[in-house]
Parts: sequence; structure tokens; C-alpha cells
Amino acid sequence: MLTKIAITNSAIAGRGTFAAMLHCSLPVVAIALMAATGAPGVARAQSLLNVSYDPTRELYRDINTAFTEKWVADGHDAASIETSHGGSGAQARAVIDGLGAQVVTLALASDIDKIAEAGKLPEDWQSKLPHNSSPYTSTIVFLVREGNPKGINDWGDLTQEGVEVITPNPKTSGGARWNYLAAWAWAEKNGKDPKEFLGQLFTHVPVLDTGARGATTTFAQRGIGDVLLAWENEAYLALEEIGDDQFDIVVPSVSILAEPPVAIVDANIADDAQRELATAYLDYLYTPEGQALAFKHFYRAWDESAAAPEDVARFPKLDLVTIDELGGWKKVQPEHFGDGGIFDQIYTAK
Amino acid sequence: MSDFTVAQPRPLPARPTKFRRATEESPLTRVTLILLTVGGLALLVFAPLLVVFAEAMADGWATSVASLGNREAWSAIRLTLLITAMAVPMNAVFGIAAAWFITKFDFRGKAFLITLIDLPFSVSPVVAGLCLVLLFGANSMLGGWLVAHGYPIVFAVPGIVLATVFVTFPFVARELIPVMIEQGRTEEEAALTLGASGWRTFRTVTLPNIRWALLYGTLLCTARAMGEFGAVSVVSGKIRGQTATMPITIEMMYNEYLSVAAFSMAALLTALALITLTLKTVMELRLSDQLSATRRH
Amino acid sequence: MAMLSIVVLLPIGALLLQGAQFGLGNIWDTVNRERVWAALFLSFKLAFFAALFNLIFGVLLAWVLVRYRFPGKRLIDAAVDLPFALPTAVAGIALTALYAPNGVLGSLAAQIGWKIAYTQWGIFLALVFVGLPFVTRTVQPVVEEIETEVEEVSATLGASRFYTMRHVILPMLTPAALTGFALALARAVGEYGSVIFIAGNIPLKTEIAPLLIVIQLEEFNYDAAGAIGIAMLVISFAMLLSINLIQIFSRRRIGHV
Repeated sequence: MLTKIAITNSAIAGRGTFAAMLHCSLPVVAIALMAATGAPGVARAQSLLNVSYDPTRELYRDINTAFTEKWVADGHDAASIETSHGGSGAQARAVIDGLGAQVVTLALASDIDKIAEAGKLPEDWQSKLPHNSSPYTSTIVFLVREGNPKGINDWGDLTQEGVEVITPNPKTSGGARWNYLAAWAWAEKNGKDPKEFLGQLFTHVPVLDTGARGATTTFAQRGIGDVLLAWENEAYLALEEIGDDQFDIVVPSVSILAEPPVAIVDANIADDAQRELATAYLDYLYTPEGQALAFKHFYRAWDESAAAPEDVARFPKLDLVTIDELGGWKKVQPEHFGDGGIFDQIYTAK
Repeated sequence: MSDFTVAQPRPLPARPTKFRRATEESPLTRVTLILLTVGGLALLVFAPLLVVFAEAMADGWATSVASLGNREAWSAIRLTLLITAMAVPMNAVFGIAAAWFITKFDFRGKAFLITLIDLPFSVSPVVAGLCLVLLFGANSMLGGWLVAHGYPIVFAVPGIVLATVFVTFPFVARELIPVMIEQGRTEEEAALTLGASGWRTFRTVTLPNIRWALLYGTLLCTARAMGEFGAVSVVSGKIRGQTATMPITIEMMYNEYLSVAAFSMAALLTALALITLTLKTVMELRLSDQLSATRRH
Repeated sequence: MAMLSIVVLLPIGALLLQGAQFGLGNIWDTVNRERVWAALFLSFKLAFFAALFNLIFGVLLAWVLVRYRFPGKRLIDAAVDLPFALPTAVAGIALTALYAPNGVLGSLAAQIGWKIAYTQWGIFLALVFVGLPFVTRTVQPVVEEIETEVEEVSATLGASRFYTMRHVILPMLTPAALTGFALALARAVGEYGSVIFIAGNIPLKTEIAPLLIVIQLEEFNYDAAGAIGIAMLVISFAMLLSINLIQIFSRRRIGHV
């Protein structure tokens, strides 16, 4: 009963309609629209859609391959895992508006909370899997120019005269909220007024890109700024692409434990077989093999047993503050990043 | 009176002095204008294109080509072509109908109607996508009903087609309207008086008159349909290999720090647009043959 | 007309309905803030100047492409549409690469103290780019259809070339050019993808209105996003309507149709 792959209902139907389009044009369009809609999901049982954020494409490419192999080896029929990538918030909105994801793996718990508010999964989703449902974590580090000419070693150095800081806009980028909160946490721990410190910090920001990738390009390729605040895994990706002879990674004394959580979207699970697949998929992330893949893709995972030693060794230990210590997303999100919140006040208060 | 002599034809000068035709500008003006426009285009269009190609070739040809040789990339290319093939004819037919209606009939509120046609341009693509989600999303009445009956619109191909049609909606109509205004309707009226049927009048009188505009409108529409990102990104769902169009795949790759792959695909997209332009040139040559046959009455 | 209503009016109707549920007062409160006004003003101002530039440049380009012969003309003609085919984000990245302080052209400009990327100039540039094809492509077919007899008549009647241009040719091009202007303007107002890369996005300085919409969406605040969307829609609708009205009236005055 569990048939093979359900790749691209629409793409296959699409090829047919494309040929049809070439023959005669308009009357076909209406029919083509219907056909391309995809036959109602019969063969969907053994496929899974994982809606994720940027940049997890490479990570999940590896995970999907490894997982489907293991799944078949365990005696199941072949499964196909599709993934979708985009900004974390936009992806959450798509799921709320009907994108049929069975599994979400987003950047912020608050984005999954929004999906829960829409009734697609239980409010207590975060307690269903270990480590706050975050199979891997990351943190915020500094990327500086080779040799660290401005001598930037910690958050306090960012507000020195003449230092320019590049960070994406916390309002549009989930990652940038972690940047902001990491700075906040440092200021709290070092007896500064965090609000004042962040106000100062953002006067040193010449360009507010809308996404992490844009900010990296601004810093690395356009040569703007002295330091880039970035997710650790993205900083390594950037080094890989642009060349590690031009930039250094600086780890501050205090940073934040960024927990990208995962969850099953109950409302989109078609039947028990699909639930079994989805559960196995998320559980796989916590297995030593899954954890090793996360380490390989520059995430700080929990279980080092199967990971390559050099993948683990590159992460220096530092003081990591959790989001719960700052009050949890439910409090932090509206207070800091809501309309008229503390971040907005930084720019509008004179 | 003087003697009548046969006027000797004056000997032609060795190199005939070049007479400027009354319908041309002075050579100086011409050269200046050409340089000005070419220079402007170089700075505005060619330079960015060069950047795209340079980035694509950053690691050499082979890497660039190899980056496109996977299932994901192919399905994106196929999807983009499919969407374009569906959206452009729809807009062409609509555009002709709308332009016909607007220019051949007199009625109140014409400016209002034209402005309605323009609306899709003034709506930010993100908002356009949002509109579609509001209308067809699972949380709306219409969308909920369609999904319940197995026809999801957003996050599937129909949604992408709709978004594309929306953002390219005005092109053909807006290209045609000025030309049809310029021509007035006397020719059609003459044809009709001479007993031609409405369809025949359209085919043999109107269509030849508007073919240039139709061509340009369709070209613009095609280019934009292939390149549209903003509205499509909201309704696509971005499923790799399924609902990710070329522009969306480009963005995904760029965000994954795979800039060679991203720019290679962007270069390919540009190349695809150039194919439509080549088509245009071919058509132009054919048309101008016809033109020289019919133009000089 | 049925298609107009399905494809255009229904989605926009959905947006307006959303706005209606939110309430006019709330929409006003959302829009009536310094930061929103600043963004709206910036968007419309730069869109206007970009469209104006495109108007002049586009008419010249259309004329040159139809009337003159020069090497590489086909290439130039082909290139006009490319700004549409290039996804806006790619265009934004490429333009930023060129005009950033360390870019090829940006460094030249920097020598004379002219900062382009991450200032309003950068936004202007991106908007010119995305609107470039409109005027050229609307004017081009009209120029193709102008019969040279008209100019010959004008010339035989003793008009100078400039006089013919000014009083014979330009009036013929005006409707098409204005159409192109309106479209370029509309497009520039709503442009997002290419601008965000080159703008710098600093609130109150280089923050465009479409970015504010995206920001509201990120907060799952559909109401506020819709409100700003509606505000932009209303302003552009009013602008486009007046351009179209001017066109219709001027046509009556000149006596066409």
C-alpha cells in the first residue's frame, strides 16, 4: 500500500500541460490550472515536507539522504523527503496559510509558537523532544577582518569610536534577533544598562540588511564595516565560501544559546503511517549519526559520540545565556521586537 | 532674350556632397544621442550583467555548468518555462481585449478603468502575494473550500501562475492602448462599412497595425514573468524541486552561500530571456519584409 | 473584463476587506507615524525622480533605436528588456557590487566624494534600473508607426528639424511616453527586491515603504501590513489616475480621437 516516491505531483502534471500549451493555447489554460493543482494526495503517505529556514539546505540534504537510507534499511518502503527554505518568519506564515508541512525546522521558537496559535500543533510542542526540541544549537560570534585590526574581542569593543558593526535588521531577520539578544545578555552580565548599550551599538551600524546573507555580503564583499555579527554556523559557511585568509572568527565572552527548534505539525499529518515517518525523521536528528551531521555543518549539537573530532574541536567553550534566562520568547518577542518595542525606540527616540 | 541653349547637365561632383534628408537630425546630434543612450545603458544594464556573469564564472566554466546539473535546478527551469508559457498567452489575449474595449468605444470612467489595469504595478509584489494568500490561503473562505476539495491554489503551481499573471497583467494592454489611440478607429470603420466581419476586420486591419506593440508587450511580459520573485515567493511555498521557480532557487542558493550556483542560474535566466529576444529579431525581420511590401501603399 | 476582475480586483478586494475589518481609524493610526511617513515620502519621491529620468532617457533611447543605424544596435535593443528578466534581488546584488565604495564604479564616485550605495542615490539607481524598459518599450512602437511623410511635410513647409521634433513628433509620442512614465513610477513605488540590497535600510533615512510592510509581516501583523499596503495603493492609484486623466484631457485638447 505504501507506494513509492511522491515527488512533484505538480511537476509531472506540469510537463504534460507544457506540451499541451504548445499545441493550443488558451482553452487549455483553465484545464491546465486544474491539472497542475496536483491530484488530491493519494500517494502522499510516504512523503514528508520539511519546511525549514535559510541556510539549512546543505544540512538537510545530508540528513535526508542518510535518513531515507536508514529508513529503508530498517525494513520500510522508500520515503521521499521534500524541503523548503526561506526566511524563518515567512516560512511560518506560509505554514499558517496552508503550506502542507508535516515537519517544521525553523530558526526561532516564537515562529513555531505562531503556528501553534493558529491551531496546527499543540501549545506545548516544545516539550515533546529533548533539549527544548532543539536537536542542534548555535551561537552568535564576531567575524572580523584578517588580523583583527580594530582589536575587537568582546561586545564592549563594538561601541568604540570608529568601529562599524554589520548586523541584519532584527525586525526582518530571525538570526539578527539572536545578535541583539546576545548583546543584551552581555550588557546585563557586565552591569551596563542594556537598553542604553544597544542604543549605542546601533549607532555604529551603517547598513541594516534584511537578511543574514545580505549582511554577510555587505561585510565580506562590499568591504563595509569592521565586524559582522553572525550565527556561528553561517560564519563558518562564509569562511568556506569567501576564503578563511581574509577573516577571523572572534568568540565573545558571553553569547546566547541560539536554539533552532523542530516540531511535527499535527494538523498536516495525513495518517498514522505518515506520523510514524515524521516522528522517526525528527528522532533521527537526535541519533549519534544525525548529531554528527549537524556538527559537520557547523552546528553545536549535543551528542559528540559519532562526530568527527575536528568538527567538535572547532567550537570553543563560552558562557552561553539561554533565551529562558531573558524571559522566554513569549515575553522577549513583543517587548523587544514588537511594533513600538525597544528596538523601534532605539531609532525613534530622539 | 538670350539664345536658347540646351542646358548641359552639370557634371556631378566627384564625391557627391552629402545632403541630409529633412527627416534626419544632424550627424553631430545623432552621434551625441547614440553615445548618450549607449553609455547610459552600459552603466545601468550591461555593467550589472557583467557582474552576474563574472560571479557565475568565478570558479570557471565547468563549476558553473556543473552547479546547474541537478534535479532541483532542472525542475526550477522547467517550472519557470511552464509558468511563463501559461501566463503570457493569458495576458496577451486579455491585453488585446482590454485595449480594444478601451480604445474603440467611448464610455465614462475610461481613465478609471485604465488605472485599474495599472494597479498590479503599483502594488508592491510582496503585497500582491499577500493579497493572493488572503484570498486563497487556507484561512480564507474561498481558499478553505478549494483546499477541502483538493485544489490548493497557493503553495502550488496555480498560485504561482496567478501571481505571475497578476504582476505582468498590464504589459500587453498598456503597450497596445497608446498605439491604438494614435491610429484612431477610422480604418476599422472603413473596413466594417465595406462589409468585413468583425473578426476579419480585427485580423486584417487591427492586428497588422498593432503588431509592433503586441510584440513588445509580449516580450516585456515574458521577461517579467520569468524574473518575478517578490509575489511568487509569497505564494510558492518554496518546495525544492516542486514549487521553486528559477528566481526562488537563485535566492535559496545565494542564502546557502552557494553564490556560483546562484549566479550561474541567474546568468541562465538572462540567457533564456535573450532567446525570446532573438525570437523577436527573427519576427522583426519577417515583419519588415511584409512591411516594405505593404507600407508604401 | 471578467479576467480583470478575477485576476486583479479579487485579490485587491481581499486586501481592502482585510483593511475594512481592521477599521479606518486603525489604518490611520498605523500610517500616521513619523517613520511610516518618512518611508512613504522617500519611496514616492525617489520613484518620481527615477521615473522622470526614465521618461527622458527612454524617449531618447526609443528614438535612437528605431531611427538610427549603428553597430551593435541589435544588442542594445535586446538589452532593454533585461532588467525585467533578471530577478530583482540579483539586480540589487549586482548593482551594489558595482556601486559600493569598493566596487568598480563606486570607488570612482568615492574619489569625488560621491557615495552611491547605501544612500538615497543607491535607491534611485535601483529604481531607474527596474523601470528602465517601460518608457522605451511604450514609445518604440509609436515611433515605428510614425510615417516619415509627416516629417517631410513639416520640413517642406519650412519647419526646422527642431521645430518638427518639438511640435510634430513629441505630441505624437506624448501619450505613449506618459503611459511609460506612469508604469515606471508605479513599479518603482512598489519595488522591494533590488532596493533592500543597496539601500542600507536605516530607519528614517533609507528605509522604503515596502520594507515596512515586510517588517510588519515578520511580526505576523497582517493588519498593519495591509494598512501600509492600502496607504501605498491609495496614493499610487490617485497618482496614476491623475496621469491617465491628464492624458485623456490633453488628447481632447489636441483633438485626437
